[in-house]
Amino acid sequence: MLNRGRNIEKGRVITRRMFILAAAKILLFAGISSRLYNLQISDREKYEILSDKNRIREWKTPPQRGIIVDNFNKVLASNDRVFQLHLILDEINDFDVTIFKIKNIIGLDQFEIKKLYKKKERLKPWDTLVVSDNLTWEQFSKINLYLHELEGTKPVLSTSRFYPYANDLVHIVGYVGDASPKDLEKPEIKENFVPGLKVGKYGIENSQEKMLIGNYGIKRYEVNASGKRISQIDYIKERQGNKVNLTIDIEIQKYAQELLKGKAGSICAMDIYTGEVVAMASSPTYDPNKFTHGINQKDWKEIKNNPLKPLINKSIAGLYSPGSTFKPLVALAALEYGILDPKKTIRCKGHKHPYELYGVKYHCWKKEGHGYMKLRNAIKQSCDIYFYEMARLLGVDKLSIIAKRYGLGTNVLGDLYNDEKKGLVPDTKWKKRALEQSWYLGETVINGIGQGYIQTTPLQLCLMTAQIANGGYKIKPHIIKDDSINYKDILNKIKLDQSNFPLHERNYLDDINVEYYQRMYHKKSNINFVLDAMFGSTNEQYGTSYKSRYDDPKYQFAGKTGTSQVRRITDLDRELDLDTDQIEYKKRDHALYVAFAPYKDPRYAISVIIEHGGSGSKAAAPLASKLIKRIIDRHKLREQFNNGNTSLA
Amino acid sequence: MLRERIQASNYSFLDKLRSIDYLLILLIIAIGSISVFAIYSTEGGKFSFYTKNHIIRLSVFFSLFLLLSFVRVSTWYKNAYLFYFVGLLLLITVLFFGISASGATRWINLYFLNLQPSELMKIAVIICFARYYHRIQSSDIQSIKFLIQPIILLIIPCYLVIQQPDLGTSILIAGSGIAIIWLAGLNIKYFVYSGLLLLVSLPFAISILKPYQKSRILTFFNPDRDPLGAGYQIIQSKIAIGSGGFFGKGYLKGTQSYLEFLPEKHTDFIFTLFSEEFGFLGSIILLLLYILLIYRIINVGLVSRSFFAKLYCFGFATAIFLYVFVNIAMVLGMLPIVGAPLPIMSYGGSSLLSIMLGLSIVMSCKIYNQEQISVY
Repeated sequence: MLNRGRNIEKGRVITRRMFILAAAKILLFAGISSRLYNLQISDREKYEILSDKNRIREWKTPPQRGIIVDNFNKVLASNDRVFQLHLILDEINDFDVTIFKIKNIIGLDQFEIKKLYKKKERLKPWDTLVVSDNLTWEQFSKINLYLHELEGTKPVLSTSRFYPYANDLVHIVGYVGDASPKDLEKPEIKENFVPGLKVGKYGIENSQEKMLIGNYGIKRYEVNASGKRISQIDYIKERQGNKVNLTIDIEIQKYAQELLKGKAGSICAMDIYTGEVVAMASSPTYDPNKFTHGINQKDWKEIKNNPLKPLINKSIAGLYSPGSTFKPLVALAALEYGILDPKKTIRCKGHKHPYELYGVKYHCWKKEGHGYMKLRNAIKQSCDIYFYEMARLLGVDKLSIIAKRYGLGTNVLGDLYNDEKKGLVPDTKWKKRALEQSWYLGETVINGIGQGYIQTTPLQLCLMTAQIANGGYKIKPHIIKDDSINYKDILNKIKLDQSNFPLHERNYLDDINVEYYQRMYHKKSNINFVLDAMFGSTNEQYGTSYKSRYDDPKYQFAGKTGTSQVRRITDLDRELDLDTDQIEYKKRDHALYVAFAPYKDPRYAISVIIEHGGSGSKAAAPLASKLIKRIIDRHKLREQFNNGNTSLA
Repeated sequence: MLRERIQASNYSFLDKLRSIDYLLILLIIAIGSISVFAIYSTEGGKFSFYTKNHIIRLSVFFSLFLLLSFVRVSTWYKNAYLFYFVGLLLLITVLFFGISASGATRWINLYFLNLQPSELMKIAVIICFARYYHRIQSSDIQSIKFLIQPIILLIIPCYLVIQQPDLGTSILIAGSGIAIIWLAGLNIKYFVYSGLLLLVSLPFAISILKPYQKSRILTFFNPDRDPLGAGYQIIQSKIAIGSGGFFGKGYLKGTQSYLEFLPEKHTDFIFTLFSEEFGFLGSIILLLLYILLIYRIINVGLVSRSFFAKLYCFGFATAIFLYVFVNIAMVLGMLPIVGAPLPIMSYGGSSLLSIMLGLSIVMSCKIYNQEQISVY
C-alpha cells in the first residue's frame, strides 16, 4: 500500500512537471510567432526592398585545367581560348522569342534547337543553359552587337582543351567531355564543378582529375530587380589545375605511331632501370579534339565501326598469346629450377615426325625441322619441339611462378587506366577454380611456346623483357614522372643488392614477393644465359631476327620474335603452307617482337605487336629495329635533361 | 494486478484499431504532404531527385510507423536499453567506418540509405531514460547515486556526436535527456545550479569550439560582421522570410530561395522557403500543426497508465518541440545556425526514420495504454 501511495505521488510529479514544460513551450512558440510577425508584417517593406532591389547574385567562374607535358616539358594538352554563349534562364521572360532571335543571329538548325529545348527541360529554372561552347569569332561578335535586344544572354570568354599531338597520344592522355551524372558523383568533380566545365573521360585526363581540375572562383554581384548587375562585391579567384608531367618522349611516341600507320597493333618502350614508359603507341587511333565539344554522329560511327578497333588501347587492353616471345622466360624458369642441362640435345625432325604425347601430335613451326638442338640454339632459332619437351619436364605451376614474378598476369600501371587488362598466367589451381577442370599435360606443352590459355598485354611483354635485360631486377613501371625515381639511385640499390648476395636467405624458387630494385633470380648465370641466347637470335646467322640487326655496337640489340596463332592450325593448313598475304586477314597470325638495346649496357626494352601481321621476324622485328635506333639517338638528350632536372630540384 | 495483465494482453484487433489516435495520424499525413510540396518547390517545380526520394521515404517510413504501432509497449520497455546500446554501437561505428561529407563524418553507408546514427540516438536516449526512471522510487530520485547513471548515459553519446562534429544534434540529444530527468522530478535546485555552472564556464566552452562553430555563434550576435561569409545564410534567410509578407509570394514563386544562397535549402532551411512562399499565414498554420502534434502526444501520455509510457510521451513531445523550435528560431535568426532539421518537413532519411520510429512508440503507448509494466 505504501508502494501504491508513492506511485500516485510519482505520477502527480510527472504530470505537474509536464504542465510546467508545456507552459514554457507555449511561451517559446509565442516568441517565434512574434518574431515572424515582426519580420513578415512589421518589417515587411524593408525586406521586400532588400529582396527585390538589392539582390546579391553569385556566379562561379570556371577554373583552367592543368596542362599535361611530356618528359621534355613539351605541352601535350593545353587550354585554348573559345567563345561561348550562355543563357541565364530566370532572366528570360519568353524563352521561345529569345531562342528565335539567337537562331537568326548565329544560325542554328532545327536539330540543334530541338536539342536545346531538351537540355532546358533537364535544368532548374535558375540554371545556366550553355547554347554553344564553341562559337566562331563572327558569331561571337554578332551576338555582342545585338546583345541589347537579347535578355538573359551572356557571351562568355572561356577556355577549352586542345591536344596539339591529337592522334598520336589519345590512348595515353585521353580526352575530356561534358560531365555525366556519374562523373558528378566523384568527389573531386562534385566539389569543383561549374556548369559547362569539361571533365576527363579517359586516360590521364580521367585518372588524374584531382590534379588537373583546379578550383572554381566566385564572383558576387549586386543586381537590380531585373537581374542586371549593378556592382561586383567580391571576387574569389579561380585556381588552375596542376601540371601533370609524363615520362613519354613525344618524338619517339610520334615515330612509333608513324611506324604503326595502316596497321593494327602496339609498340611499347620502357627504360629498363627507372621503369619510365618512353612510348606506348596503339594503332589505329583517333582525334581526341573531336570529343571536346561533343563528337558528331558521322565521326563517332566512323571510329566505332572501324574493324581495327581504334577505341581500344591495345598496349594495355589488347590481350594476345605471347607466342615465342615467351620462350626466354620458359628457358629461364627451366634453368632456375634445374630441370635440364642446357647442353641437352633434342632432335627436331620436322612435320613428318612431330612431338607426340599420349597420341596427340605437336608440330614445330619449321616444316623441315631444326635437326639437333641445344638450348641456346633452340631459343635462337625458336625451335618449338625443344620447348615442348622442356615445358613438359618443368610443369605449368613452376612456370607460372616465374612468369608472374617477371610482370605477367597483373596490371602494369596500377589503377591509372580503368581499361587496363590483367591478362592471364594459367596454372593448375586457376583452371580448377575458373573452369572446374583438372589440368592436362598437353596444355603445359603448348604453354611452353606461349600458346593456350596464356594471355598478355604488349606492355606486360615490354616489362618482362626489361626485367630480364636489367639482370633480373624488379622495377616500378610508370608513366607519370616521379622525381624520387632516378637512374643513379637505382643503380646503387642494385649494386647494394648484389654485394649483399650471400646474405639472401630467401628461396627464390618459392612463390615469394620481391621488393622493388631487388633481384628476382635464383642464379645470375641463368639470366646471362638467356640474354646471350637472345643476342644470338638477333645477331647470329640462322637467328630469327637476323635480318633486322645492327652491327654498330651503339645500336646493337638483342630480341626474340614471336608469331601467335589466332586459330587452330589444321593438317590441311600445314599441307597448303600458304604465305601470309594469301590468308584471309582475320585468320592471319599476330606478329610479335620483344627486344632490349643496346646489347652492351642495355637501357631500353621494347615490345611490338602487329595484329594479323604474319610472322614476327618479317612484320614486327623491322619496326622494332627502326624505333630502337631513334630511341638510342635520343638517349643522351633524355639523360642530360633528366639529370638537369634532378640537380635543379 | 494479475487480472489486469491478462486483460491487457487480450486486446482484440478491433479494440486496437479503436484505440488508435486517428487525429495524430492525420497530422502526420498533413505535415508530410506539406513537406512534399515544399521540397518540390526547392527543385524549382521539377519532379526530380529530392522530391522522388522524399516521397519514397515518407511512404516507406509511414508504413513502418503503422506497423510498429502494434508492437506492445512492454516490448519497447524491455528492449529500451538494447535500443540505446545499438545506437551507441552505431555511433562508434561512425567513428571508424563513417563516410564524410563537407568536413563532417556522420553517416554509415547502408546502400539504400546513408544512416546518421546520431538521429537515432535522439530517440534512443528518450526511451532509455523513460525506462530508467520508470522503476526508480520517487524517494530515490534525488539521490546522487541514481543521478550519476543517466548523466553518464547522456554524456557518452553527446561527446561522440560533438566529435563528428555535429553541435546541433548533440544539443538536441542532451536537451531531450535533461527534459526526462526534469519530468521524473529531480529537485529544481540541481537545474538552477548546473545552469549557473554552464553560464560561468561558457567562455571556456567557446574556446574549445571548432573555428567554424565559433564564427557561427559570433555571427549570430552580429550578422553584419561577415555578410558574405557566415552571416550570409542568416541575412538571406531573414530577407526571404520577411519579403514573404502576410500571404506569401505564392507557391513556386519564391525568389530568394531560388538563388542558390542556401546549400541546405531542402534540409535545414526548408522553413525559409515555405515561409517565403506561404507568408505569415502559412507559417502560423504550420506552427499550429506542430503544436497540435505535440498536444496529441502529450495527451497519449496523460491517458497512459504506466510511468514508462508517460515519461516517454512527455519526453518525446518535448523533443519534437525542441527540434521545431531550434530549427525555426535558427532560420529566423534567433539562434545560431547549428544544423538541426525540421521534423518531417526536412529532406533527410535518418531524421525522418527516427521521428517516425518515435511516433510509432507513442502510438503503441496509446493502443496499449491500460497495460501495466512491472518494474522488472
